[in-house]
Amino acid sequence: MTNFLLMRNEIILLVLILAMLILEVTTKPQHKKGLINVAIGLFLLHTILGFFPNEAGELFGGSFRTNGLIHFFKNVLNVGVLIILLQSADWLRDKVAVYNKIPEFFMLLFSSLLGMNYMISSGDFLMFYIGLELSTLPLVALVAYNSFSEKATEAAIKLILSAALASAVSLFGISMLYATGGSIFFEEIATNLQTSNLAILGMVFFFSGVAFKISLAPFHFWTADVYEGAPIGITSYLSVISKGAAVFVLMSILFTVLPALTEVWKNVVYVVAIATMFVGNLFALRQQNMKRFLAYSSIAQAGFMLMGIINAEELGIATVVFFLLVYVFSNLGAFGVVQAISSETGKENMDDYTGLYRTNPKLALTLLLALFSLAGIPPLAGFFGKFFLYAAAASKGYYLLVFLAVVNVTISLYYYLLPVRAMFLRKSEDAIPYFKNKVMMRAGLVLAVAGILVLGLYSPLYNYIVELSAGIL
Amino acid sequence: MDILTLFVVVPVLTAIALLFTKDLKQARMTTMIGMLIEFGMAINLIFAYFKERAVNTDIMVFRQDMMWFESFNIHYAIGVDGISVLMIVLTATVVLAGVFISWMIDDMPKEFFITLVILAAGVYGFFISLDLFTMFVFYEIAVIPMYLLIGIWGSGPREYAAMKLTLMLMGASALLLVGILGIYYNSTADGGALTFNILEISQVNIPFEAQKLFFPLTFIGFAVIGALFPFHTWSPDGHASAPTAVSMLHAGVLMKLGGYGIFRVAMYLLPEGTNYWSTFFIVLSVIGVIYGALAAIKQTDLKYINAYSSVSHLGMVIFALLMLNKTAWTGAILQSLSHGFMTALFFALIGMIYGRTHTRDATKMGGMLKVIPFISLIYVVAGLASLGLPGMSGFVAEMNIFAGAFQHTDTFHRVMSILVVSAIVVTAVYILRVVGMMLMGPVTNEEYHSLKDATWFERVGIYMLLIPVVGIGVAPLWLSNMILDSIKPFIEGVL
Repeated sequence: MTNFLLMRNEIILLVLILAMLILEVTTKPQHKKGLINVAIGLFLLHTILGFFPNEAGELFGGSFRTNGLIHFFKNVLNVGVLIILLQSADWLRDKVAVYNKIPEFFMLLFSSLLGMNYMISSGDFLMFYIGLELSTLPLVALVAYNSFSEKATEAAIKLILSAALASAVSLFGISMLYATGGSIFFEEIATNLQTSNLAILGMVFFFSGVAFKISLAPFHFWTADVYEGAPIGITSYLSVISKGAAVFVLMSILFTVLPALTEVWKNVVYVVAIATMFVGNLFALRQQNMKRFLAYSSIAQAGFMLMGIINAEELGIATVVFFLLVYVFSNLGAFGVVQAISSETGKENMDDYTGLYRTNPKLALTLLLALFSLAGIPPLAGFFGKFFLYAAAASKGYYLLVFLAVVNVTISLYYYLLPVRAMFLRKSEDAIPYFKNKVMMRAGLVLAVAGILVLGLYSPLYNYIVELSAGIL
Repeated sequence: MDILTLFVVVPVLTAIALLFTKDLKQARMTTMIGMLIEFGMAINLIFAYFKERAVNTDIMVFRQDMMWFESFNIHYAIGVDGISVLMIVLTATVVLAGVFISWMIDDMPKEFFITLVILAAGVYGFFISLDLFTMFVFYEIAVIPMYLLIGIWGSGPREYAAMKLTLMLMGASALLLVGILGIYYNSTADGGALTFNILEISQVNIPFEAQKLFFPLTFIGFAVIGALFPFHTWSPDGHASAPTAVSMLHAGVLMKLGGYGIFRVAMYLLPEGTNYWSTFFIVLSVIGVIYGALAAIKQTDLKYINAYSSVSHLGMVIFALLMLNKTAWTGAILQSLSHGFMTALFFALIGMIYGRTHTRDATKMGGMLKVIPFISLIYVVAGLASLGLPGMSGFVAEMNIFAGAFQHTDTFHRVMSILVVSAIVVTAVYILRVVGMMLMGPVTNEEYHSLKDATWFERVGIYMLLIPVVGIGVAPLWLSNMILDSIKPFIEGVL
């Protein structure tokens, strides 16, 4: 008997989507604001349910598979989305409720998350592709959620065009892999695939398609504009959840489906990692808008993630997953503060943050911790994440790559210190005045800060991830 | 809890307690209590160390070892030998003195003291670590608060100085990180398990090719914070802009992390790399010694004079370490200690003078000995210690260094040693020049007559630093024995 409970996570998410649909119809317009709390409450429940362990297994003849690591990563995504929802609650209440578009927001967001879940659970390229599309299309609508803003519309069009191109490119690559591997099932491709020019070409196309989603250089051009135009909650979703899921999937496909091409894709990953780090960091240096700033910073972070992938062994899996976990909390800490300030004052530029510590010390401190964690400064979680990635790359003798990465860390430290300089070192007459955050926003920020402070120092967590990744290959 | 971990825990607790303080009075009292406990523990550690040493002949005593990240074999491994004990005492003294000197800090006192004690926690952790990973973590914890300390409470081009210092030191730590990983992955060379533990790695014969590659990375990584020429440029700007207590702590303690790391990690773990690269780095260190001294002559800003003087003195530490013999190494450690106390004293005095006259330009002042005799007198004493007058700490240290250096009989080492010795003369020039210009002569500004001499808390700070400066000079033997004991296993490892 097929055990559909393996899809527990997805089923609950689907129920949530349908529940939102029903609530949308049955709730009176004046009560729709209340749906924000209902939806977040339901999602909190879903997140908690996710922590109950799930078995490993397959469904639909291997199209859908799950194991401890995949289940763990779904939990990471859930927690990330929960934080994003908490941080976006004010924005929804103040800006979106007016247009009566509350339930749709949750439906679209949950659908996208559902797509991610299917994507990382996929056991063949068909399921992978369905998941990819399901995760992307709702996102386009979400990016354009503020439909009166030209920037948002422009961002949505940019996103859908590049996403369409990306999926076309990766489909092309998948068809070539199918041609050489003779199957769309991951396991069969892994056993059948031989090194051939066609297979390599297929791998490169597939890689490029996914690279769009992770915004690796040179496929990153859409990133900054889309991040700037989208509502901040969606920007953080794009930079954390969407990117994290894509990195995870890229890693598992490279490791488990294309081991025959390891020596080839290692070279690709090597070059792309270096390019991505340098592009992200050098462009971030001169950004004034905080969203663009974080956009380029997150491009650079993706370059670091590739350093774990290049390890091509279980150590690589563990370090990448751990880094993604840390990255979720660090980046959401930073985006949360930007969100809080933006929804209170509408200000998004770095100069507006001048003197913030003297008026809003807690927010400034949160941003400081988040940026230091992104920069990789101990004892914050980001340091451990980065160090393990370096160790993963160095264990294969990629010392030059590690060296270039640490050069990049030094460059990145410069721009991560710029907001710190504005907030702490400078004084301003017209600093953003003191304001009190709402409960939900505060909860979102506290969760992020707790993660930043604890995840690294608390070693059992990393050990747990190591255990989960053992035996995957 | 063991007595070493407490050194990290107490500052952290102090920082947490500081979060609940309301004003300057509460903040400084809290910090003072915390740092007094720390100081007491440091003094106690000396006695405990001697007691333990009598029955325990291990390289490191009071060892603790806890698994941290199992898959990487990262441990929280701590332990001390005589050198770390002395460094801890130095740190405790300078930090406590720094608290007294910052008694009247008015802008955001709570945040100032929190950042200061976090920095101290990093330094203590660094000195007790036996695990490269833990050591690196503490190193960075000690460096990053400098950005805020200089940036927020500094003067002059503080933003520029803070950014430059942070980027250079963090850039150096980036090199160090590559070096550490290189050492880590070569620790299996003899077939053992991967390890970050310094004592275990020292037993491994790391292949020569790897030593050649990773020695300069590790060495430079530490040498930047030890202000080795040409990586010293952060130091004058940083010191000049930093608030007094931070200058003290930075020149007095943080820069010692460089020399300590060089001999504990770079040289001890990579002995063949040391021999291969020593000529190159000796030349750099000698340039640093002479360049620093000459640059100090040209400066008129008191802080710049001292900063360049630090470049010169610490260049001597690195030079001594590269001489690779017991006498020179003893000298290097003594020089680190002596320079630590003496420079901290100098920066404290400069801070007091600046606080009164609102200038640090030596040419604009005169006759200070008449108006603030106590501060001026101590300034002369510190200056004499700096130029190596017998009876002061500087003399003992430099004597050891030169005696060690002249044990090498080949032309290269001889020439280099002579060059370094000649720098002492230059030191005398810039010290005495300032003393003459600023302290002697007629009072140049009428307003100076109304200046008040040191207050009680300033005097406490001064005495805390002055006593060791004179103490090391007068009774150096027990110290050098303590150092010599601890150096033995290390120097044998390198040779």
